[in-house]
Amino acid sequence: MPVLGGVERLASRPAGPRRDALRRLSRNRLAVVGAVVVVVLLVIAAVGPALAPWPYFVQDLDAIRANGNRPLAPLSAEHVLGTDSLGRDLFSRLLDGAQISVSVALVVQLVVLVIGVPIGAAAGWFGGRIDNYLMRFTDVIYAFPDLLFIILLSVVLRDTFLGKAMSGMLLIYLAIGLTAWVTMARLVRGQVLSLKESEFVEAARATGVSDFRIVVRHILPNSIGPVIVAVTLGIPSAILAEATLSFIGIGIEAPRASWGSLINEGSRWIRSEPHLVVFPALALAIALTSFTFLGDGLRDALDPKLRGRQ
Amino acid sequence: MTDGRAGEVPLVEADGLEVHFPILSGILQRQRGSVRAVDGVTLSIERGETVGLVGESGCGKSTLGRALIRLREATGGTVRFDGRDLRALSPVELRRLRRRMQIIFQDPYGSLDPRMTVGAIVAEPIETHRLASGRAKAERVRELLRLVGLDPGFTARYPHEFSGGQRQRIGVARALAVEPEFIVCDEPISALDVSIQGQVLNLLIDLRRELRLTYLFIAHDLAAVRHISDRVGVMYLGTLVEIGRSSLVYASPAHPYTRALLSAVPVADPAIERQRRRVILVGDVPSPADPPPGCRFHTRCWLYERLGRPEDCRTVEPELRAVGDGQRAACHYAEIAQKSDVGVVEPASA
Repeated sequence: MPVLGGVERLASRPAGPRRDALRRLSRNRLAVVGAVVVVVLLVIAAVGPALAPWPYFVQDLDAIRANGNRPLAPLSAEHVLGTDSLGRDLFSRLLDGAQISVSVALVVQLVVLVIGVPIGAAAGWFGGRIDNYLMRFTDVIYAFPDLLFIILLSVVLRDTFLGKAMSGMLLIYLAIGLTAWVTMARLVRGQVLSLKESEFVEAARATGVSDFRIVVRHILPNSIGPVIVAVTLGIPSAILAEATLSFIGIGIEAPRASWGSLINEGSRWIRSEPHLVVFPALALAIALTSFTFLGDGLRDALDPKLRGRQ
Repeated sequence: MTDGRAGEVPLVEADGLEVHFPILSGILQRQRGSVRAVDGVTLSIERGETVGLVGESGCGKSTLGRALIRLREATGGTVRFDGRDLRALSPVELRRLRRRMQIIFQDPYGSLDPRMTVGAIVAEPIETHRLASGRAKAERVRELLRLVGLDPGFTARYPHEFSGGQRQRIGVARALAVEPEFIVCDEPISALDVSIQGQVLNLLIDLRRELRLTYLFIAHDLAAVRHISDRVGVMYLGTLVEIGRSSLVYASPAHPYTRALLSAVPVADPAIERQRRRVILVGDVPSPADPPPGCRFHTRCWLYERLGRPEDCRTVEPELRAVGDGQRAACHYAEIAQKSDVGVVEPASA
């Protein structure tokens, strides 16, 4: 059999969709900065307590007393960022807050993935009535005010078996996740809908590949890019939701410290001791922007066609 | 059916095949009508034969091709593959039968999964039907790549590293992986550069001979299918308007639509090009949701105008009837059309 047409030589650079994406990501300066900060944040969350000069709950009562029962200012001898009104080291509490924020991010996004992806995939793949029911249900959750829903959920769940088995903190995370999955479900549904009609899926059907394998081998791997981006961009909202809840006093329980509850406690001293608000707010802002930069960079890297669009 | 060799079961046989898509509207999703993409097509394809299928965009040729291998569900009529009613098969039986019928797609970019390596793409059908595993599978993949003229060392590459023509070869290798008998070629060369088209067409011709394949070769212009087809069918608005041996259809087309299509094919010889009579089809293709009554083509037919708009064209739907040796056309005035000088590119000797 003659070889028809020239067998072209291909460039020898190693390539693959993943490697290409990584190369594009590394060229985006903001995304690299975001990624570095995110990694630092993850490390702090993992080893935070070991780095902290003080345990987050210990009150340095002597220092407070010497200061006339007022919070210590930053750069004092034993407390880099000062203390709160109870004599607890602010820097150590910020590190503990990092742990809270990262665990919120992980747990909430896990809930979002576990609920949102299957619902979206089922709606998109089966279509018709199943799609209709799932999406109307999603719309109802979407239309409900998130904060109200989270508060109601955590109250309702608290007395159930599930709520008793979990600590109050985890319950809040779960409640946040239960409101946040709707965007993921919509995103995955859209991906599946368009991929379902693609010719490579049709080719797989033509060779007799089972529906389940088509979804797992062709459809999900091809929607993974937008899902990764959505997860990364969803993290700031999850962190923010937790901070908001802690700020209004229904999130984290004392003596643990979340950036939101730190801002709440500090707000009472905002005139005389602004550092109690400024540092947690700064930590929050840096974390949120880093995740957003990284998410934007990932979006551009994974799908260059989407660059510049929202 | 009278065409083809008698006494043998045709490999593919469609009888009154219909594919209608419902038009739904309103929040209750009530059916308002239907798009008749394929509306009563009767066609048989013999073993080892290549049938070309042409028609304008949206005439239903791709849908027909997919319905013949049950990649689209037909809404009426029957399709038989090697004597077995495809529409009556259970999902398991159908999946088993997929080994014997395959499809090659138009778009060399959309038809390959961008996240899979060439090796994985070609191996997937082999895994699905458990034809080989381990080393034997890897060897089979290399053999298939060689067969379609690709370097067998390309297995670890991704589709985006290849040119359109090479990608189309990968698609051919995937289709061949299950050792099929029948392949629907859905405009396999129309998306390629002209310089590459001939190579891929020749590849398909060589493979047909080597592997004794049967093709349904879909294209949107008559010139492309001429080279490869034993018989040619012409579709208009979901129906087959003419079918017959290629030599006959090209030399003495019996449907005014076929003649109009042929007259649109440019001729290299300027002397002939200047001489021949061309008709230009006016107006748009009517909507397949609401096809014209009588003959579907009468709204754009030059012969209808020339004959003074005879009434039966508007009221009676013409049947596909014999007009020559195995040639059939769906036109009340096929004999007149055949004698006309419109559209024929070359004298009857071609």
